[in-house]
Amino acid sequence: MANPVLDVRNLTTHYFTRKGEVQALDDANFDLARGESMGVAGESGCGKSTMAFSLINQVQPPGRVVKGEVNIDGINAVQLTETETRKKVRWKRISMVFQGAMDILTPVYTVGHQMKEPLHYHQGITGDEARQKCEEYLGEVGLDKEIFTRYPHELSGGQKQRVIIATSLLLEPTVLIADEPTTSLDVVVEAQIMNLLKRLKKELGISMIFITHDLSILSEVSNKLSIMYAGKFAELGDAEKIYNNPKHPYTEKLLASIPRLHKDVKRLERIPGAPPNLVDPPSGCRFHPRCTYAKEVCQKEDPEPREVEGRKVACHFAGEVT
Amino acid sequence: MSAVLEAENLKKYYTMSQSFFGRLLGSQKKYVKAVDEVDFQIPRKNAMAVVGESGCGKTTLGKVVMRLLDATGGKLIMEGKDVTQLSGSGELKAYRRTTQMIFQDPFSSMDPRFTAFDTLEEPMNIHNIRGSYEEKRKTIMDALEEVQLTPAEEFVDRYPHMLSGGQKQRVAIARALILNPDFIVADEPTSMLDVSVRAELLNLMKDLMSEEDLTYLYITHDISTSRFFSDSISVMYLGKFVEKGEVATVLDNPLHPYSQALLKAVPEPKPEMVEVIKELPIKGEVPDATNVPSGCRFHPRCPYAEDICENEEPELREVEGREVACHFAGEVP
Repeated sequence: MANPVLDVRNLTTHYFTRKGEVQALDDANFDLARGESMGVAGESGCGKSTMAFSLINQVQPPGRVVKGEVNIDGINAVQLTETETRKKVRWKRISMVFQGAMDILTPVYTVGHQMKEPLHYHQGITGDEARQKCEEYLGEVGLDKEIFTRYPHELSGGQKQRVIIATSLLLEPTVLIADEPTTSLDVVVEAQIMNLLKRLKKELGISMIFITHDLSILSEVSNKLSIMYAGKFAELGDAEKIYNNPKHPYTEKLLASIPRLHKDVKRLERIPGAPPNLVDPPSGCRFHPRCTYAKEVCQKEDPEPREVEGRKVACHFAGEVT
Repeated sequence: MSAVLEAENLKKYYTMSQSFFGRLLGSQKKYVKAVDEVDFQIPRKNAMAVVGESGCGKTTLGKVVMRLLDATGGKLIMEGKDVTQLSGSGELKAYRRTTQMIFQDPFSSMDPRFTAFDTLEEPMNIHNIRGSYEEKRKTIMDALEEVQLTPAEEFVDRYPHMLSGGQKQRVAIARALILNPDFIVADEPTSMLDVSVRAELLNLMKDLMSEEDLTYLYITHDISTSRFFSDSISVMYLGKFVEKGEVATVLDNPLHPYSQALLKAVPEPKPEMVEVIKELPIKGEVPDATNVPSGCRFHPRCPYAEDICENEEPELREVEGREVACHFAGEVP
């Protein structure tokens, strides 16, 4: 592959709570090329958002990145101090569209006032010049220029979401992380936002990481797909291959639980049980208590991710069971 | 097949507030027509899905059916009786016992200071179901077992914060079932939940349909779940049904331009679409409901609109095995 713009090695983030060490993210390894997108899927509490926060070095205490590297443009982001991260990484190289981004805009300031902020702090651009730039990006996401002077309550949910996306693009980041960018939006608006992100990826060559629990949305935007379970990557590789022929039992179940629009299904597949408590994750393979194929070795040994049919799978029986 | 619930010309208008001068000068009252002349029938042990974007009136419809809101006009016939006129603690209370609702957000539809036991006991107290503590506890345990919160002893004394989202929604379903209702309004019961939990709950609700003789009005914006869960589907736009019919008929070959557009926007697991920008026939959001467009309500957003659409409102008519409200139904591609 061409030089990756983002290279993540052994990224591990734990939360040190009174009840013990929550192993929210363990040994994440992946890279991302320019203009490539990766989808991250998994149930709530599987560490998707923790991974996102680790990438922008913004894990909140009691959480801490325990080890690993996030290499972006030759900088290892996790070793930087807060001030350095703010100057070098956040917004500039990696920016993020947060979950429920619509509620992030402050109601008492105009959209423009809030949009200009990163320009002012990072590049010292103010006044008319800043306004021009903001308006340019508002146009880029398909919004009218006059939105600049409006207050958040005057905008609809989809418009607010676009404002957030426009803001996150202002400093021309290399990587854009979108954490559940379309939850709580209507299907039509959702499809529009997805189209927008696809277009930006193509035209501006931005690499993207999409995080959501909805695999059907991910399939439309990701080149690569990673399935997370209990803080670990269960399967990681080419999206098309994984969708058409999942190799990890968890991926298989997850895909089968999606109701289809054009297919009559008698029963939806379900995954029995609940995701484990990460203070004390199950021994061996973390998925074994819920896995229908689990054998003795799964209880004892944690499977290392290994190459199976063009993707990495962390399962002792990958390629044999599904 | 006899219908459990039948709506005829059902209407719910909200009156807009007027300015003081407006009232003095006697200007016309304005209405938001949240539900406007809606007709439907739901046969026993069936589920009808109502789909549409936010602001199309689907939740209002659910609330009118529950009698949480009073209908402005029209009839709502449940088991042969018009329920829009019921009042007081006698008949209305009896109706409420047979009709229950499952709400969208399990995180806020439950009292944080009530244990699962309290939550389930409350409806029994309201409806004067007497019995000793042991009897009630037994009923409640059975209800919890029924929604697969097993072992029930483990869950019965838990507070909402000790339950996961899916478990909370199960308690909410148990709460709806405890009075042995015939009819359930489920308002986006799974939209706050994870994919795999969603699948479990939909399976459960479907099983209950045959085990408990339930009939559902299933309100959702997640159209792909309606394929699995319901028998018929009604697509709603600005207070009106624009297309309704058997779920497979409508979803496989939608005839109304709005249903077509809506279905196109639904994401589906198709990895080969990665680099393709989807074509969306309609853009933006549902227009302001205070100012419903003339003629066909959908015409300003419709890619096929012609003069007639602006002037004449199309009635629902039978086309290819379902009802469609469009002048050009069957003719547009």
